[in-house]
Amino acid sequence: MTTANERITQELRQRARQLLESGQVAAFVGYTSGSMPMVMQPFVARTPEETDRLEWNSFCVLNLANYLPALLKSLEPPRRPGDPPPEGPLPKVGVVATGCWSRNMVVQIQENQVQRERLVIIGISSRGMVDRKKVLGLVGHADVTSVKEDDNSLLVKGPGLEQEINRWDVIRDNCACCVHPDPVIFDHMIGDLKGERKLGERFKQVEEIENMSVQARWEWFTSEIDSCIRCYACRNACPLCYCPTCFVDDSRPQWVGKSIEPVDTAIFHIIRAYHCAGRCTDCGSCESACPMGIRMRILTKKLQKDVLELYGTEAGMSLDTPLPLSTYKLDDPQDFVLTESLKGEKK
Amino acid sequence: MNPYLPYPARIDDIVIETEDGNLKTFRLVLEKKDERDSWNHVPGQFAMLSIAGKGEIPIGIASSPTEQGHLLFTVNRAGVVTTALHKMNVGEPIGVRGPLGNGFPVDTELKGKNIVIIAGGFAFTTLRATLIYMLENRADYGNITVVYGARTPGMLLYKDELKQWQERDDLDVHITVDREAPGWTGLVGFVPTIAGQVKPSPENAAALICGPPIMIKFTMPPLEEVGWTDDQVYLSLENRMKCGLGVCGHCNVGPVYVCKDGPVFTRAQVQKLPVEF
Amino acid sequence: MLDKAGFEDWLRELAGQFEIFGPKANDRGIVNWQKLNEGELPDERPGVPKGSIKTFFFPQPETLLEFSARPGTEDAFIPHEPGTEHKPRLVVGVRPCDARSVVLNAMPYEDDPYFHKNRQNVVLIGLACRQGCSTCFCTWTGGSPVGTEGLDILAYPVSRGYVLEPVTERGASLVESAGPGNDATGAELKELEEIRSKAPSSLPETMELAPRLREKGLMDLYNAPFWQQLSDSCINCGTCTFLCPTCYCFDIQDETLRGKGRRIRYWDSCMFPLFTLHASGHNPRGEKVKRVRNRFMHKLKYFPERFGPLSCVGCGRCVRDCPVNIDIRQVINELLAT
Repeated sequence: MTTANERITQELRQRARQLLESGQVAAFVGYTSGSMPMVMQPFVARTPEETDRLEWNSFCVLNLANYLPALLKSLEPPRRPGDPPPEGPLPKVGVVATGCWSRNMVVQIQENQVQRERLVIIGISSRGMVDRKKVLGLVGHADVTSVKEDDNSLLVKGPGLEQEINRWDVIRDNCACCVHPDPVIFDHMIGDLKGERKLGERFKQVEEIENMSVQARWEWFTSEIDSCIRCYACRNACPLCYCPTCFVDDSRPQWVGKSIEPVDTAIFHIIRAYHCAGRCTDCGSCESACPMGIRMRILTKKLQKDVLELYGTEAGMSLDTPLPLSTYKLDDPQDFVLTESLKGEKK
Repeated sequence: MNPYLPYPARIDDIVIETEDGNLKTFRLVLEKKDERDSWNHVPGQFAMLSIAGKGEIPIGIASSPTEQGHLLFTVNRAGVVTTALHKMNVGEPIGVRGPLGNGFPVDTELKGKNIVIIAGGFAFTTLRATLIYMLENRADYGNITVVYGARTPGMLLYKDELKQWQERDDLDVHITVDREAPGWTGLVGFVPTIAGQVKPSPENAAALICGPPIMIKFTMPPLEEVGWTDDQVYLSLENRMKCGLGVCGHCNVGPVYVCKDGPVFTRAQVQKLPVEF
Repeated sequence: MLDKAGFEDWLRELAGQFEIFGPKANDRGIVNWQKLNEGELPDERPGVPKGSIKTFFFPQPETLLEFSARPGTEDAFIPHEPGTEHKPRLVVGVRPCDARSVVLNAMPYEDDPYFHKNRQNVVLIGLACRQGCSTCFCTWTGGSPVGTEGLDILAYPVSRGYVLEPVTERGASLVESAGPGNDATGAELKELEEIRSKAPSSLPETMELAPRLREKGLMDLYNAPFWQQLSDSCINCGTCTFLCPTCYCFDIQDETLRGKGRRIRYWDSCMFPLFTLHASGHNPRGEKVKRVRNRFMHKLKYFPERFGPLSCVGCGRCVRDCPVNIDIRQVINELLAT
């Protein structure tokens, strides 16, 4: 009997092969399994044969939208600054997308980082991905050498270790509170659309912190980030972070110190989160990439909650809905910066 | 001795070199007599200029070791440190860390050779040091030919000295600008073109070339045409550097550190390396 | 031989003289270098702590110079060496791979006064590996699970406690200060021999990699076709470089705050595009593939050409924590096949 993920893998390989064979796309972005259990490798297939390496499982956590702008650019004919744009249609890229990644692609299209007509999107409705760190936590951070997946369980093995884990106990935090598992734009679907999930406690993690005193909140924040090594894996795993020069790297002016002074680390995380306000889809790529287990996603989740409450929108749900913080309406309320609830809190 | 600790120095004089004001030559004097006396460098070496609070920047030493008592640095205003330096005045404190790198082999391989110096733009600085050194030790070298060009007459460095050199009969000097300019009676044309016209003989000769990568690229074919080989051509590379000691890792080109093994390499050496400069 | 209680007493004794550090789990279960409190022993679970030991020799950041940043004062903006000294440090639970990284880093840092001062100031007590992890490959890089390079003392974990093997003179005098301890029993000596003989077999088969890679043509390796696909997956973060014990690149920067200034050096990564960006805007390694290639070529080709050994100790941190599973062991195999 095959698992749902194995069936998806089979269909994905077929679709990708077809796209490359027919010349519809020049490259296909998916995942392949590498040397480590529970860490999938984002992978660019450029020939039909390479599509046999594509794989789909519960550890596909790095957002593939992240790779699109550079990959699309690399497929364009080379030109110097000032040269006219090339004539005729440019090569396309095929890519897998679940709900959140497809929404990031919408944001990228809205922000002119990619062009819809150059993407062939294979949609998959997400069942939620597994958090490797939660699995490692459950097995006492032991040396895990293999993980076999079933539809609802994981069999984790290592030297002196064999443990079955309920998949739903180790789902990523962002997946556990996701209400949009379906891709919002796609060219082909693998499997069916599942529809919106009904969820009572979508912002539970954020609300817990909102309910803390100011002092306790600050303590939570500083202790959450105190192990940060400033490797920028969170930033680089994020499809929203495409600035040619990030504010942390800028030297004229220099906005923030570059070592691991607590104040510098705090500024990095705060500004990074704010830069994602109204754009973040809570894909969890940042948190999955972090080697230190920092839950920086809670910061962006808070901003997602605020934007939803203030403007009634969520990033990337449709190409026709402008990003709330890069547009305006004449009837925007005057006090939209300081809402009644925030005013109340200030007292 | 701590190689990260700069020698304290003071700005002794500032000359604005170019019409756009972006290039200035700073004359620096080391504060301590013993450090002043023991300072010794080879033309082609560089030093880190240090402005506490702003940082450090590697700059080629524009003075010859034969010009004693002070050091000259011609600095292009580009980044944080050079911008701060351009705002400084005579008398202000500064730090100097060096000399660093290898320099041109003026006392070994180049001795007894006919010398051809080819420079473009503000890359002329360490070649000025080399030329002054060779003129001070004139008997050690054969014919000396200089081809130097800038975009406009106003962008030429060391204008007074250029005039003096042109008047010397033991020196063959060709100064050029990219385009015709009012009042300019000298050569017009890009450095590679002029070098092609000068056609220096490769016989018992060495060429020292400094300039933008594109200039070096186009200067090579006319030289090769008259028989120059890669081991006769010396280049000075300019990678980003931080420590100047071959440790921090910024300036590597393959296994080579530009700051420690260079900045001077023969073209034959460079050809064996990845194109990461 | 010291039993656990004896070892604890010994550390308690040494705490007067040293700040004591060792691998310790945080509240997320992540084992990293932390100060050990009285009575705490190093975490002994197999494998290396999250961060590398370079933090003790190449701290993030290191103050190179200090200066007054009050304009008008006589010594304003004239830098001098920092005056602060800190208490000598004793690091316990150091795996042989980590200790060996200090010896390798000492090669490029030969003339670096800060690195040497830290070496004088830090005593390393090793912990022999009973068994390698799935990400370990010290045996490919010239190391061993019971290696002593870079250590002052190597401790073999036996059932009752530790058998201590002094490596340096400094280590020997510290072992002496522990008092007579217990004599190792025959069974314990057998345990020790077993670690020595069996630990290496739990690791990949020993390879003399450095000479084989030194022999290969520099540009042949540089131009090998696999770099592009490797870099396709890379997100160009600094996780590998920052966790790596033998990545030692740094940047230097000046900071001023309330009249005080300092020049610091802090970890930098050749993965970052700004690493090589020239003030003119020209970037010799502007493309991702060049940066990915540089990191591996530096460890596996450039460093061996300059100094002999690989700039890698096979600790496996980069393998374990790369968010996209780029595996240096596969890169090594690709290079060997080139």
